[in-house]
Amino acid sequence: MRFLLRRLGFFVLTLWAALTLNFFVPRFMPGDPVAALTARTRGRVSRDALEQMLTSFGYKPDQNLFVQYVEYLGNMFTGDWGRSIGGQLGEPVTGLIGQALPWTLGLVGITTVLAFALGTMIGTVAGWRRGGWLDSLLPPVFVVTSALPVFWVALMLIFAFSMNAGSVLPGTFNYDNSIVPGFSPGFVGSVLQHAVLPAATLLITLIGGWILTMRNNMITTLAEDYVRMGRAKGLSPRRVMYGYAARNAVLPNLTGFAMSLGFVVSGAVLIEFVFSYNGVGYLFYNSVQNVDYPLMQALFMLFTVAVLAALLIVDIATVWLDPRARSADAGGR
Amino acid sequence: MTATTVVHTPEPAARQASGGLWRAVRHNRKAMAGAVILFVFTVIATFPGVFTTVDHPDELAFPPGLSPSTGHLLGTTGLGQDVYSQLIYGTRESLVIAVVAGALATVLAVLVGVTAAYLGGIADDVLSMLTNVVLVIPAFPLVIILAKYAGKGSLGVILVVLVFTGWSYGANQLRAQALALRNRDFLQSARVRGERRSYIVVFEVLPNMTSLIVANFLGAALYSVLTAAGLQFLGLGDPASASWGTMLYWAKNQEALQSGTPLWAIAPGLCVALLGVAFALVNYAFDEIGNPALRPVRRRRRER
Repeated sequence: MRFLLRRLGFFVLTLWAALTLNFFVPRFMPGDPVAALTARTRGRVSRDALEQMLTSFGYKPDQNLFVQYVEYLGNMFTGDWGRSIGGQLGEPVTGLIGQALPWTLGLVGITTVLAFALGTMIGTVAGWRRGGWLDSLLPPVFVVTSALPVFWVALMLIFAFSMNAGSVLPGTFNYDNSIVPGFSPGFVGSVLQHAVLPAATLLITLIGGWILTMRNNMITTLAEDYVRMGRAKGLSPRRVMYGYAARNAVLPNLTGFAMSLGFVVSGAVLIEFVFSYNGVGYLFYNSVQNVDYPLMQALFMLFTVAVLAALLIVDIATVWLDPRARSADAGGR
Repeated sequence: MTATTVVHTPEPAARQASGGLWRAVRHNRKAMAGAVILFVFTVIATFPGVFTTVDHPDELAFPPGLSPSTGHLLGTTGLGQDVYSQLIYGTRESLVIAVVAGALATVLAVLVGVTAAYLGGIADDVLSMLTNVVLVIPAFPLVIILAKYAGKGSLGVILVVLVFTGWSYGANQLRAQALALRNRDFLQSARVRGERRSYIVVFEVLPNMTSLIVANFLGAALYSVLTAAGLQFLGLGDPASASWGTMLYWAKNQEALQSGTPLWAIAPGLCVALLGVAFALVNYAFDEIGNPALRPVRRRRRER
């Protein structure tokens, strides 16, 4: 019970801290929405007119900041996220996010799960066959790939596969613009084709970490007595490898996986930027560039909530996978 | 207690440890590779003038879009700068960001993590709550917001942002290790001897956490290299600064890949990657040194 309360307190505190940072940081720093809009309209519309227009969308420059803050906190929780005052002027924020979110979840979500599953499997085998060719080849290779800058890998893939000689795979946007979206084979094919390069970028940069940590965890776990016990009992190597070693070796990685699932929603800003992929990451980048407070605030809350939700799921999953945690939570930690 | 006991007790142990460490690093191929790359970059960052004859790499002094030649080893940019000399002069800022942000984030992590573990009670609750909150808030979006609104991403702003978002992971790890150390015999005996808390933490606890602290620094440095390059690439850095990330920003801005100057984008990215790889290699090698079971099998036999 004490554990649950602690956890709940942590979630509420984190959310509040994120929302507060996100409210005050842009407002206490130079640059305001009206100036940004003036720059975008190249000064053709007077400042007063622009301010009036933004005010009609819910922008209140003159109101007391504290009153705004309280109102903002309330609105965030009731889902009243307002209208965009940036790129897509006047569009409801919920609609904008609703359009972008499925793309990010589809592309980054699937790739993140794939990277974790593949990486864990490869790491398991590498750690199990200690000293085999896989085990001697993998660590140096994946230490290198996990340290590459994501956006540069993206640029290189675009350069190799969608430009010059190759030009086999598209390097921008979510799907071919000339195709009407719908459940037609042509559209689905186009969506998949456009997802190949960004997905490959993510896979290349994500998988190394999972392989290395899983391999190292396996090696540590294989030295444990219960693994020797399993072997001594004459269990099949397969059973020892998956049921005894891998099951325990994966536990320390679960929290990391949950965090990375949570960061799915926000972590792909750079990739979506390079590929001009219209997901929430790119949307967020644009909202920051355009000083679009309502959109930026809603997205940042979404990002934080995603991580917290993922952590909640891992709490549950750990209890399910690790019987020790079931009895331990009475102790408070 | 008195200054003399403070100085001479830990010294022999420390010297022995660093001697062993150096031998371990020399025998580890990954560590050597990483160390050599870092050394080369450090030399370049300190004496850029030795490696290129171009003194002002930002000036548009040459015809734009030249192919590589003996005069311009990596060609010129679409704007008319020498790519090679920009790389050379960009080394300094990238390296400074990595080392300074990595070091400051580590110091903060040690302060918060070890203090929390050592004080315990409410102080621990508050500090670890703070650590976890910072850890969970999505870092990169926050970095973008901070960099964008804190006045055109000067070097100082980028450093502050990186430190602010980069310390929490290490603090968590260090706290866990310090907690594990707390009840060990040598600390008990120090307490029984009547040593002050500050003495115990600085001269008994910290030396035993050296390897984790170093690993933390390397991890934080890697994070800083990649994040800073990403920020500058997005155009959230100072567009006039000489750094690899800024080069990449201009290369993307001027469509270097599409317009026949691909080296303008490939080369700085490769440098960022190399620097990142160097930190990652040394870091991974440290794991192997600290935990011999992880070492490549054949090498272990030869060392015996």
